[in-house]
Formats: sequence, C-alpha cells, structure tokens
Amino acid sequence: MIDLVLLGDVLAVTARLGTPIAFAALGGVIAERGGLYNIGLEGQILAGALGAAAGSFATGSAVIGLGCGINCGLISGLLLGYMSIRLRINQLVGGIALNLLLAGLTAFLSRQIFGAQAGGARVNGFSQIDFPFLSDLPVVGPSLFSQDPLFYLLIGLAIAAWFWLMKSHKGLDQRAVGENPKAADLAGVPVFRMQYLAIAVSGALAALAGVHLVLSQVYVFAEGMSAGKGFIALAAIILGRWSPIGAICAALFFGFCDAVQFKLQFTSPEIPYQLFLILPYFASLIALVVLGAKASAPASVGLPYDREHR
Amino acid sequence: MNRFTMQRRIATALLLALSVGGVLILLDGHNPFEAYKVLFLESFLNYWGFSNTLVKASPMLLAGLAVIIPMRAGVFNIGGEGQIYIGGLFGAVFALAIPDLPGLLGVPLIFIAAAAGGAFWAAIPAYLKAYRGTNEVIVTLLMNFIAIHIVSYAVAGPLLAEGAPYPYSEEVSDAYRLPILMPQSDTHAGFVFGLGMTIILYFWLRFTPSGFQLDLVGRNVRAAAYAGVDQKKTIIRAMLIGGSLAGMAGAIEVIGLKYRLFHLFSDGYGYDGIVVAFLAALNPIVAPLTALFLAGLSAGAGTMQRAIGVDSSVIEVVEGLVVVFVAAALVTPRTTSKSILKLLAKNLRLRRQTQRQKKEA
Repeated sequence: MIDLVLLGDVLAVTARLGTPIAFAALGGVIAERGGLYNIGLEGQILAGALGAAAGSFATGSAVIGLGCGINCGLISGLLLGYMSIRLRINQLVGGIALNLLLAGLTAFLSRQIFGAQAGGARVNGFSQIDFPFLSDLPVVGPSLFSQDPLFYLLIGLAIAAWFWLMKSHKGLDQRAVGENPKAADLAGVPVFRMQYLAIAVSGALAALAGVHLVLSQVYVFAEGMSAGKGFIALAAIILGRWSPIGAICAALFFGFCDAVQFKLQFTSPEIPYQLFLILPYFASLIALVVLGAKASAPASVGLPYDREHR
Repeated sequence: MNRFTMQRRIATALLLALSVGGVLILLDGHNPFEAYKVLFLESFLNYWGFSNTLVKASPMLLAGLAVIIPMRAGVFNIGGEGQIYIGGLFGAVFALAIPDLPGLLGVPLIFIAAAAGGAFWAAIPAYLKAYRGTNEVIVTLLMNFIAIHIVSYAVAGPLLAEGAPYPYSEEVSDAYRLPILMPQSDTHAGFVFGLGMTIILYFWLRFTPSGFQLDLVGRNVRAAAYAGVDQKKTIIRAMLIGGSLAGMAGAIEVIGLKYRLFHLFSDGYGYDGIVVAFLAALNPIVAPLTALFLAGLSAGAGTMQRAIGVDSSVIEVVEGLVVVFVAAALVTPRTTSKSILKLLAKNLRLRRQTQRQKKEA
C-alpha cells in the first residue's frame, strides 16, 4: 500500500522544486515559438535571482524584489535578442556566452551588493498562502493549496501563455514567425518586433524562476544557484512538445523525479538515487527520438531571419 | 572574409572584452592594468602559475578540438562535457580492472578505452542527427547530464574506494600515471599529447580527401552531395572523432592529474572547449594558443584575487564577453558604420570625377 502521507509530502516538494523549472520552460516555449532558441535560460535565472535578492534587500519588500527580478530578466532577454536578431550570432553560441557572462556578472555584483560574507544576506520573501479547508485535503492539499504566491502566478501565466499562443491573433502571428518568418513578413507581421517581444518575455519568465528560488525557497542569493535548472527546462520544452501547458507538466514531472530522489537518499539508500536524476533527461531523450522533433518543433527555430536573403 | 581580417577582428574582440573587464575592475576600486599584469605574469611567466595553466589547458585543448572537428562538418557538439565523463569512466575502469600491465602498453590502452567511451557517447547524437535529423545540440546537452550522473553513481557505488569519505575510486597503479614534465609540479604530459593531436588533425583536415569532405559537408551540403560525398557518414565520422578527443581529455584528468575517478571531476572543461573552438575560429592549429589563453585567464584569476583583491568573478565576465564579441566579429555585418563610410567616400569620389570630366568637356 502506498503511504498517502508520504505521497502528499512528495507532491508538495514536487510543486516547490518544479516551479522554477516550469517558469524557465515556459520562457523557453515562448522564445522557440517565435523562432529563437533561448539557451541563455540558465543565466537569466541567475539574473532574476540577483535582481530579486537585491530589490528585496534594498527595500525590504518582496514585491519590489519581484519587479527588479523581472526587469533583470527583460534586459538579459533583450541582450540575447540583440545578439540573435540584430547581430545574427549563432543562437546557441549567443546563449552559451550569455550564460558565462551572467554567471560571472551576478557573482561579481552580488559580492559588491551583499559584501563577501559567506551565506550572503537574508532577504524578505513571500510566505505561503494557505487556502482554508482546501489545504487540509489529503494528498493534494499541501501541494496545490498551500503554496507561495509565485506558484499561483505560474498557473495564471501558463494559462495566459496558452491563450496568447493558441487562441489570440497576435499569438498566431508569433507562431507564424517561428514557423516561416519569410511568409509572416510578407503577410505584414513585424517579424523582428515579434521576436524581440518573444525573447524579452522569455527572459522575464526565466527570471521568475530565479525570483522563486530567492523569494520563495532560500531567501538568499547564492552564486550559481540556478544549478542547471535552465538546462533541465530546455529538456522540459522538448518533453512538453513546445506547448505551454505541456512544458509545465513536463517541468512538474522533473520536479517529481527530483523530489523522489531526495526522499530516496534518506529513506532507502540501497536504491541508487541517481536513477531518478537521470530519468528526466532520459525521458526527454526518448521523447525526442520516439516522437520525433520535427513534427512539433517550430520549423524555423534557430535560423536567423535575414530579410535580404532569399 | 580572408584569414587576416578574421584574425584582426578576433584580436579586436579580445581587447574589447578585456577593456570591459577592466572597467569592472575599476568599479571594484583597483587598477585594471596592474590587475591584468599580475594575472598574465602569474599565469604565464611564473613557474608554478604556468604549470597550473598547462594543467588546465590540456583538457581544454582536447575539448576544443572535440568541438572544432564536428563543427567543421556543420555539427554542433555541446556534448564534450559528457564525453569527458564517459571517457574518464572507461579509462578508469580499464586501469582499475587490468592494473598489472607495463606503462608503455597500459597507458595507450587506457587512452584507447577512453577514446572508445567518448566516441560511444558521441555516436548516439551522431546517429540521431545523421539518420533521423534530430537536433544534436539538445541531444548532446541532455546526454551531458546523464553522463555526469552515471559517473556519480559509479564512484559512489561499484567503484567506490574502501573507506572513502567522498565518492571517488581507488587509485590507478603507478605505472599508468602520465609523466610529469615540470619537476615538483602537477604538469603532466597531457598538453604535449594535445599538441600532437592538433598537428595530426590539422594535416588531416588540410591535406587528405576525407578531411576535405568534412569541410565540404559543413560549408555546402548540396555541393557535397553533388560531389558524391556521403553526408551521413561524414557527420558520424566527425562526431566520433570529436567524442574520442573529449574522451581522451577525460583519461588525462584521471591518469594525469587526480589518479582516481572523482565525482564531478571535470570542471566544465567541455563547455570551455566551445570557447576555445570559437576563439580559434575553428582552426585546429590555433586551438593550443586559445586553450592556453583561456586556461591562463582562469588560472590567473585566483592569483589576481589573492594578490590585489580583485574579485575573480570578473574573469568569468571577461570569458563570456570574449565569446560574445568573437562570435559577433565572425558574423559579417551588412551595414557597419565603417562600410557606410566607405560607401560615402566612393560616392564622393565618383561625383568629383564626373564634375572634373564636365569641366574638361
């Protein structure tokens, strides 16, 4: 028999660990649907985390921290956009460069802002919202109805992103840019403006992952605290078939694997916990191979659009 | 773009990156010239510092070559990190399983085992890319994480040394250790090995038909097909070579430096390889220089921090900027301010000429 309390426990941890991955994956979906790879998610998470920590540290307000974090994400997104759209640098190289740059810059700035003391400065964050009665439900109560505000923001943003991409006129334009920018351009869609918008929003969403890490999880900025979440998010995009809702589900699955892995390390050390660390990547790989990437990946993702090129 | 303009542009990009880093050092309240002087003197002209640079440059060079060769065929190998891990694992398993061979036989066999491991790890994305059109970037990236966790499992489980406080394997036997080049330091023969590979690859790319086919596929797939070059085989060949190079970098870390297989033993060298490759503009013969430069930066960063108090994270920023600027420099811009000026000057000259002709007439 499955222990229901244990399951509820694991699910609550799942939501907490999956949320940052889900934010970043959502950002990745928005960028790729506009025809741009965002390999810089990892760095943008750090930018958001530093912004949130600095904002909250300076003012003592978590909401201002949230705003600062989002702004850092927007700026880093636009920077990547400038590299990919205007300079037409290989988008993968640009993203890797951005990761290197932001890893260094956030480390440098954090030592300037918080001083060199180990552990950094604790900042005010969000506390969890308990829905009366609902949070006492068995199994799903703590994971769905006793989370911090950013979790609910994530749910809202996921639905908004789905509506934007799949149901709105502008979203159709954006998808057209991702599939065939030439055709979209001929149809009067402002391709470059659309791509800048997509990459900026993508950066802001990735930054929200960092904001969640700082303001809802550890309340302190640490160098390299993104710890590969941006790359896991890239896998979640694939597993989620480039759909906002799919990516969130994939991210939560990754969070679940992580939660199980943590639990196993303590309860049953005889089972190699690395199996559950490998599982998300393996699942993404299988999804890529079995389902095929061509069917659902935007056709023109990663190819810089050049108006003067036939 | 001819080779000279390319090299000039890369040099400009490097200077720009160092200048922006200099501004950060200035903001940190230190003299940038003094900081850079200490950094480069320590990492290239000091005995211990240079030894440290060489130790870091060895895996970076091989990892750089592991990016360059597939990239010449148009395949982006982000998987160097994973290939280093699997190569290190294969090499270590071989060394620990057959500990009694003489060094002259054992070391080459360890290298072959490591190369086979790396090539195996690269074969999967190569096959998927060539025959199923799957994006190699995503696959190699995913496989990096799988490889890291496999090694982490191996050293925490089956290979765990007796009484080890931290996940690592038993030591490899003394006969298998790479020779030390600079007495009393850690400098092993890894960089010399890398130089050898560089020269072989340079001549292979330049003077052999199969090397030429690589470039042909990378530059123009249709022309390659027209010339009868098998694109799929070329891609797979390039990736297998790349994978084995990275795998050997893993072996160098194990039998050259640490003499054990450690959990997380590669410090992102696979990703550094991407920087090395781009700085070298995908020319293997330049890769040793760029690997030394990058290794010098990261080896000197710590000394700089200790000597002058400049935060070593500045150097990470510089590395990121180097990639951005070099990548930007290698893309031919359509309308730069310079080309606009040239155009204006040409117009002006034409107008003067026509005016002169009118006067004469």
